[in-house]
Amino acid sequence: MASTIVISIRDLSFTYPDGTCGLRKVSLVVYAGENVAIVGPNGAGKSTLLLHLNGVLRGDNTVEICGIPVRDGNLKEIRKKVGLVFQDPDDQLFSLTVFEDVGFGPMNMGYSEAEVKERVAKALELVGMGGYENRSPHHLSIGEKKRVAIATVLALTPELLVLDEPTSNLDPRSKWSLVALLKRLPVTKIIATHDLDLVRALCHRVVVLDRGEVVADGATEAILSDSALLKAHGLAPED
Amino acid sequence: MKHSFIDQYCNLNSFVHRLDPRTKLVASLGYILAVLLTPAGKWWFFAFYLCMILGLLAFTKLPMLYVLKRSLVVIPFVLLVAIFVPFFKEGEVAGSYNMWLWKVSLTYSGLFVLANVMVKAWLCIICLTLLSSTTKLAELLKGLRQLGVPQVMVLILSFMYRYIFVLVDEAMRMQQAYQSRDIGGNLLRRLKTFGNMIGALFIRSYERGERIYAAMVSRGFDGQVQTLRPLILRRADMYFSIAYGILLVSPFIVWLWLQWQAR
Repeated sequence: MASTIVISIRDLSFTYPDGTCGLRKVSLVVYAGENVAIVGPNGAGKSTLLLHLNGVLRGDNTVEICGIPVRDGNLKEIRKKVGLVFQDPDDQLFSLTVFEDVGFGPMNMGYSEAEVKERVAKALELVGMGGYENRSPHHLSIGEKKRVAIATVLALTPELLVLDEPTSNLDPRSKWSLVALLKRLPVTKIIATHDLDLVRALCHRVVVLDRGEVVADGATEAILSDSALLKAHGLAPED
Repeated sequence: MKHSFIDQYCNLNSFVHRLDPRTKLVASLGYILAVLLTPAGKWWFFAFYLCMILGLLAFTKLPMLYVLKRSLVVIPFVLLVAIFVPFFKEGEVAGSYNMWLWKVSLTYSGLFVLANVMVKAWLCIICLTLLSSTTKLAELLKGLRQLGVPQVMVLILSFMYRYIFVLVDEAMRMQQAYQSRDIGGNLLRRLKTFGNMIGALFIRSYERGERIYAAMVSRGFDGQVQTLRPLILRRADMYFSIAYGILLVSPFIVWLWLQWQAR
């Protein structure tokens, strides 16, 4: 299919202020409708890469989202297009009510009151948390928190959903219901994870990242059946 | 881990619950002022104010025992501050004791001051318990904001309440991890470990703060906090305020009237 390019990154490198190398010449192109998993051992640079997608971090080369370069002037535009869900929902949900949290993005975008309410209701409905508007995030279970965290970015109707370890700390039931939820959402997704079950169930393409470099990029079946590759990058047990 | 939350009864339904948070905030402030301004020893003033707050409590359907327990929490702190007054206040001696090398004596006037302080503190705390158990914290903060409290202060309160339990959980986990490896050792070593734990907790909070900020920025936060749904004062708030205001000043008026009569 003749798809549009959602993410386009060429030779992106990033070094943290303390000198640690985060990313080394990463190139990545993602098309609309793709579900891409980013896997790799701890410290491989997965989260660093994700933070580049909406300009929280900026490397030496520009990232383009839907053809728009990520730079100071158009961050608001970028952040409307890229919904970034953090690993710990307690970081994502900082308000005293679910409504305020889900409405936070739309309010920042300057939507009218009626539209904010509509967006909040719709986003919560999408993740199966309709009617939770007036609950406090700290009273929710971790599975519920994860869903609300996803709703907080869906409220901006992003074109790209970026998830950092969406299934961490979830029991199997919550995990599979989250996978089912993610499958239903018709947006392009980038998922950083160690959870190969999740990758198999959801993503058709896998990018392997190790020490800040892209070491493999291909179809899920091909990569997950390449045991030599998985072993080399600490994703499968060494025998 | 489960925690009891300060506003656990705020979902009950009563006319006090339905009042505008601003009305309740101002009413509480007025109550505290009135109690504090009451001259020492005017016990019937205090009795009146106690009846007043108990009357309101009766409307709220809050469990009395809960309110009592909550209100007693603060007593140790008040005692800590005021306990020495009876020993240092000059006056008629109520009793003296020999403690090792010291001879300490209690005075009646000192005990009188202590009793007044305790009663005042207790009444104020009942009032605040009433306020916090009938108003959601989110609403309360919105009320504060609309009463003109700076946004930064309101945000700090909001974050504090949101994250205090996350922090407590983190501290408890660290404590458990420490205890499961605790093999004794002297006090100095324990203190050192404790210091390290506090340091680690601080760094974790700091890092969490950075992640929260990144999450906010990711959703278009630009330093301005937008709010929806401004509060609107209703007629009930006005009726309540008038009745409440009259009740609040009535002991003072009765007192002045009695004074005038006596002349």
